[in-house]
Amino acid sequence: MCRIGAIKSSEYIHPSQALLLMQSQQKGHDNSGFAMVMHDLGGIFKNYKHLPTLSLACTDEGLKLAEDILHEAGFSRVLQWVPETFHRPGLDINAMPNYVFETFNYPKHLRNASAKEKEELLLDMRLRLRFALEEGDQGYVYSFWPDVVTLKEIGDPRDIGTYFNLWEPDDQFTAKVITAQCRQNTNYDIVRYAAHPFFLQGYTALANGENTFYLKNKEFQRKLHRGYIGFESDSQCFLYSLHYVHRELGWPLPYFKHVITPLPFDEVERREDRDTLLAIRQSLAHLEINGPNTIIGVLPDNTLFTCCDAKKLRPVVVGRTPNMVAISSEVCGINEIMPERDWQQDIYPNEREVVVVGQDLEVQRWKQ
Amino acid sequence: METMKIHDVTANDLPWKIRYDASRCTLCGSCTAACSFRAIAPKVERRRLVWSESEYPEPKSRYSAVPVIRQVKSIRNYCRGCGICEKVCPNDAIGPERNVDTRHPIVTRCLAGDSVKRGGRKNLEGTTRTLDKMRIGRISQMTDPSLDAQRHTFDMLAPFGRILPPGQLPFQVGADGRLEKSGQAPPVQWIYPVIIGDMSIGALSWRMWEGVAMATAYLNEQCGLPVRMCSGEGGVPVRLLKSRFLKYMILQIASGHFGWNRIVKAMPEMIEDPAGILIKIGQGAKPGDGGLLQSQKVAAHIQAIRGVPKADLLSPPNHQGLYSIEESVQKMFLSFNAAFKFRVPVAIKVAASATSVSVFNNLVRDPYNIVGGFFLDGIDGGTGAAHEVSLDHTGHPIVSKLRDCYLAATTQGRQGQIPLWAAGGLGKTGDLAADAFKMMCLGANGVFTGKLILQMAGCVGNDMGRCNACNTGLCPAGITTQESALAHRLDPEKVAQNIVNYFLAMDQEFKKLMAPIGNSSLPVGRADALVSTDKAVADRLQIQYVC
Ligand code: SF4
Ligand code: SF4
Repeated sequence: MCRIGAIKSSEYIHPSQALLLMQSQQKGHDNSGFAMVMHDLGGIFKNYKHLPTLSLACTDEGLKLAEDILHEAGFSRVLQWVPETFHRPGLDINAMPNYVFETFNYPKHLRNASAKEKEELLLDMRLRLRFALEEGDQGYVYSFWPDVVTLKEIGDPRDIGTYFNLWEPDDQFTAKVITAQCRQNTNYDIVRYAAHPFFLQGYTALANGENTFYLKNKEFQRKLHRGYIGFESDSQCFLYSLHYVHRELGWPLPYFKHVITPLPFDEVERREDRDTLLAIRQSLAHLEINGPNTIIGVLPDNTLFTCCDAKKLRPVVVGRTPNMVAISSEVCGINEIMPERDWQQDIYPNEREVVVVGQDLEVQRWKQ
Repeated sequence: METMKIHDVTANDLPWKIRYDASRCTLCGSCTAACSFRAIAPKVERRRLVWSESEYPEPKSRYSAVPVIRQVKSIRNYCRGCGICEKVCPNDAIGPERNVDTRHPIVTRCLAGDSVKRGGRKNLEGTTRTLDKMRIGRISQMTDPSLDAQRHTFDMLAPFGRILPPGQLPFQVGADGRLEKSGQAPPVQWIYPVIIGDMSIGALSWRMWEGVAMATAYLNEQCGLPVRMCSGEGGVPVRLLKSRFLKYMILQIASGHFGWNRIVKAMPEMIEDPAGILIKIGQGAKPGDGGLLQSQKVAAHIQAIRGVPKADLLSPPNHQGLYSIEESVQKMFLSFNAAFKFRVPVAIKVAASATSVSVFNNLVRDPYNIVGGFFLDGIDGGTGAAHEVSLDHTGHPIVSKLRDCYLAATTQGRQGQIPLWAAGGLGKTGDLAADAFKMMCLGANGVFTGKLILQMAGCVGNDMGRCNACNTGLCPAGITTQESALAHRLDPEKVAQNIVNYFLAMDQEFKKLMAPIGNSSLPVGRADALVSTDKAVADRLQIQYVC
């Protein structure tokens, strides 16, 4: 069973928290990978929040290729962090030679460009890098975005933690929002890109389950946006739907749930906003999801949320303390990192609910 | 002895021979009375009986006149093999037998100087249907559990109406962070994904039509299935137009424009809008050929509804005076949309043909958003009458054509914007749920069916040439006739009951197929759920090949 989790905290936290959150949920053999996305970075990235950071796993050749492309496009590097890795015999990890996190300044002529312009450029650059590195398997470009880093690896999550020294908390590599998944894809090929969480232009999504409308979603999404590529996993579709509904269409977050899990027709009929809901359901029928899912998402403003499939076929729980909110597929994960919290305050979201963790960790429960 | 004439038609020239056992026959007359084709008749035979009463042969003989039943040897009143005589015979004394040596296609043409006409069945099929070469192969497992068909709820509705792409929806974000409508969108009806296909009131007997209409109302009002029925081109009784049941009817306008006068006149008195308008450009059973309602079937009430004399009624193959499908669509859409004040979706029905995808591609790009549905009709279906050569030898199977249309929409990222509805031999084997399910996986939003409805009502015809006499007005089951005596064989209540029961069973079966693939709404576009053991089929339809 997929283990997913997310932490949003008022203080900067280290990824070891995410590993702990995940580890206790492990059951059976599900040790095929670990991946995480960190938003709202602390540590060495703290002073570069407005500049894009590239997250890359690559060969030496790949690194050179990527840097050349970025330099040629006018980007200049302002920070590079190569995490120290600890290889020991017996570790179950399928590592790439290099893991690189580099922060860049925008090309000179674009420094005063609008946010929108920069955001489109960053996406184009990431796609370009990805295609360039894909040839000859020279590397994987996970994200290129301000205040976000991404790490994905194939292997046993525990060993991956050891390899990157993620078990040892420090104040160099921290963030206020961390989403993570243990286990690789189960229904499609195991490739690095396939691991959740998925990231696109400030949006992150991960899921626990299976999207049986994968083909339908994918066929539709391919034509919607140049950034909707890959589709290494059926869960990637949730990210693209989120990005499309929230960013491209500019609809408020509650409509994400209305798109992916539309209310049954007879219920829509009884609603005041029936015309809107019907129009959405009609128009975006191909973004609907079917199948068991818990979805966790992060918006560009670092809002964290979770919602479920329309039949609530997968578990999820939200636990909180004054300084931290954690979302996890199983409560044991939350017990591990927040043993002192009042568990009676835990929220078990239902099939019609979106639980949103906004600024200042304020938790809201929205009825669909 | 009479002189034998070599060119006389005999039973051996006809497609069916009558098996008759005089020793069982009590001459009750049931069979001859029931044969609507007058294909059997009483006849008197001269019989000689020889007997001997003494110890030695001393034959005596007696002649007597014995009444018997005999097959009529005529190309006009030939036996259709409908089996009604067998059904009514109390003594199992009579029945039709297929004649493998038939010369019917030849003698008929030779003697009548006219082409063979018959009811809408394709009688050439010998192989397994494409739909039967596919199975639902993607069964949900542990990570993607299947649903429970009995316990879970399913959303079994399909759209009828033009669907706007998301970017064109008339929305704005209100002050409270909710989307508000800021303009008009085309009308869309969400209906049951199986429409009762367009069979006109001229093609069907009034009792059959009433039975179907009754079933439709019952399915809607008692069973909660919003099934719609398409009127076909014949016009609609005024009483129905003015009734609340109109909302379950999709009104059809075809090239003959039969019955529209009345519909237009009744508009001011309509208390409900119709469920939709269907503009028929072509039909699959005889594409490129017009409708053919022979004068035998143009009864007084049909003359009244359509405003025509008793004569053969031919709908031309296309809407005359219009230059292209796009033009006709636009003109008619505008007029019908205007007539119903843009409240009623307007769709188009075309025959599946080598070019129908291009038509679809053009329509889907239309900037006015007027086409509320693309009804694609393939061969293998059909209820009407036509020249046999058209029925058997023109047209296009539906499966690949539907798939082509869906993939064309997918290539443009416009899937779903013009709902695809498909028909043509669906439910031919009796299992409509499976056929419809597979068609949806291949991209149909819904299906429509006609012939199967006749079979639910008790049609005795089949695809191997039995009966198929819908064109004659002599339907022995009372389904496609306007002869009062024949129509009275049909019990409209029973027809309605059968249709309702079939739909309820089919609805169950639908869920039984949706559940294992983990779907709670219709599986439109879920080609990944299908597999085929036929490589050619798999490749052509872009589904998985399994062996
Ligand atoms: S099978 Fe039908 S057509 Fe033939 S004789 Fe019997 S009733 Fe008449
Ligand atoms: S029973 Fe009636 S409807 Fe059926 S094939 Fe014969 S004539 Fe046609």
